[in-house]
Amino acid sequence: MSFESLLLMRHELVLLLAIVLLLIAEIGTNDSQKSIISPLAIILFALHTIVGFLPLQEGSLFGGMFNTTNIVATMKNILNLGVLIILLQSWKWLNATENRVKVSEFYIVLFSTLLGMFYMISAGDFLMFYIGLEIATIPLAALAAFNRHENKSAEAGIKLLLSSALSSGILLYGISMIYGTTGSIYFAEISQSFKGFEPIQVMAMIFFFSGMAFKISLVPFHLWTADVYEGAPVSITSYLSVISKGAAAFVFMIILFTVFKLFTPVWQDMMTAIAILTMTIGNLFALRQNNLKRYLAFSSIAQAGFILLGIISGTATGMATVVYFILIYIFSNLSAFGVVSIISAYTGKDSISDLNGMYKTNPKLSLALTLALFSLAGIPPVAGFFGKFFLFTAAAEKDFYILVLIALLNTIVSLYYYLMPVKAMFINKSESPIAYFKTDKISQLGLAISIIGMVVIGFASPVYEKILSFCFGI
Amino acid sequence: MIEGIDITHILIVSTCMFFIGVYGFLVRRNLITILMATELILNAVSINFVVLNKFIYPDVLQGYMFSVFIIAIAAAEAAVAIAIIINVYRRYRTINVENVHDMKY
Repeated sequence: MSFESLLLMRHELVLLLAIVLLLIAEIGTNDSQKSIISPLAIILFALHTIVGFLPLQEGSLFGGMFNTTNIVATMKNILNLGVLIILLQSWKWLNATENRVKVSEFYIVLFSTLLGMFYMISAGDFLMFYIGLEIATIPLAALAAFNRHENKSAEAGIKLLLSSALSSGILLYGISMIYGTTGSIYFAEISQSFKGFEPIQVMAMIFFFSGMAFKISLVPFHLWTADVYEGAPVSITSYLSVISKGAAAFVFMIILFTVFKLFTPVWQDMMTAIAILTMTIGNLFALRQNNLKRYLAFSSIAQAGFILLGIISGTATGMATVVYFILIYIFSNLSAFGVVSIISAYTGKDSISDLNGMYKTNPKLSLALTLALFSLAGIPPVAGFFGKFFLFTAAAEKDFYILVLIALLNTIVSLYYYLMPVKAMFINKSESPIAYFKTDKISQLGLAISIIGMVVIGFASPVYEKILSFCFGI
Repeated sequence: MIEGIDITHILIVSTCMFFIGVYGFLVRRNLITILMATELILNAVSINFVVLNKFIYPDVLQGYMFSVFIIAIAAAEAAVAIAIIINVYRRYRTINVENVHDMKY
């Protein structure tokens, strides 16, 4: 093995370098110089994002523990874009006086969780996968409890940490059963040594499935989602709902397609039931929320149900639609969260009834939020429509007609609650609407990138075709 | 290996530990005890890996390595969890989950 082959880990190495540089900057500055940390972190991360798009060789390292393929590199680039937007959007909140002293902690811990997700996506065996998963979740709990002086933030942190500890325990128990029956923890060896439907191996797959369902917040395991999303700071909520969920969905899909391909009929049955439950319950609970973050939490549960429609087909088309949908979902959800975080950073308000009459005072923000919600609901001119349409096509190709029908019905239900904030902003009258405020340039930039992405990507079919050319089916 | 004890006995112990952990996680009301329950789950998995490695696949080391990493990660998890629990105690003056309920449906 030569040193050049380590360049297969380029995404991880560059990100690690950024973390180390930030640590040095944190040590080398005193309290009055802390204002350089934020620009430094954003510039380093932007460089890292650009370097990520350079062409990368395919290959594997450490005897197959770490794999780099084109689709994996694409997934990492998508996550990078999302994190870059989040960094821009959290600028105002991070530079508030009470957060000034802990700015660098925020960046360092956030980048470490992203590093964990990268290792998790590239994993070629269960050990690397598990370590990546834990690097991705444990620091996230610390970030959820970032507002040390708020009760809700502490509560969100402990809820996230304990439920993810339970879920990774269950997942590990499944992995230990697989190890016991096959004698290996490498994905390639395991999938070869599966022979028939051994009950204990099916059981192991169910344990694995439920462990991952916690991370993606599918329905029987979704109870932590709303509380954690409400209590955590807005930037962390958006990180949890797009980046963390997207990475978990990617790795879930890869492992189902490579390791558990023999059990496809079993997991397709389970997934049909769970997808129906997830979409329906996510939508129905979203109807009665008034807090914007809680509302977006249930909306993201429902979106996770739609993601399953692409995974269930088990084809290369299905994988491509999932990656494409998550790309669109990152842009549209981040536009929605961008507006919510701007409103909460400037005025401290975060409920739907506070939006009443906002169109009169802040027309641009209202339009941005409207577009984002249209995209989440799947209304044609915006990209969300194409994402959902492709997912439904992928599932229909494999004859999951009933599932697609229920998904369509759910889309209609979701239209109602996605239009509730729109109605509040444009139609409802209010005595004291949110007063006009001028948004700072950096938050504007973050919002603008996500809105442009949301509008443009739906029409850019080369993006989808490029992704499709990298994908693989069962 | 110990005379008279075979793999089934140890696997029964580890399975019991796992489900005691899950039960404790769901039933206990004190945050520290819930944390202990998750440690029980992780330790049950560690025992599983070590025993399977020793009895069924003695010529490879993957199971031992996995359990070493599980122990290290469990320690990291406990460190973060206790830090957050201390913060919860400072905010709420209690670590009973029934009183830590600012957010509910």
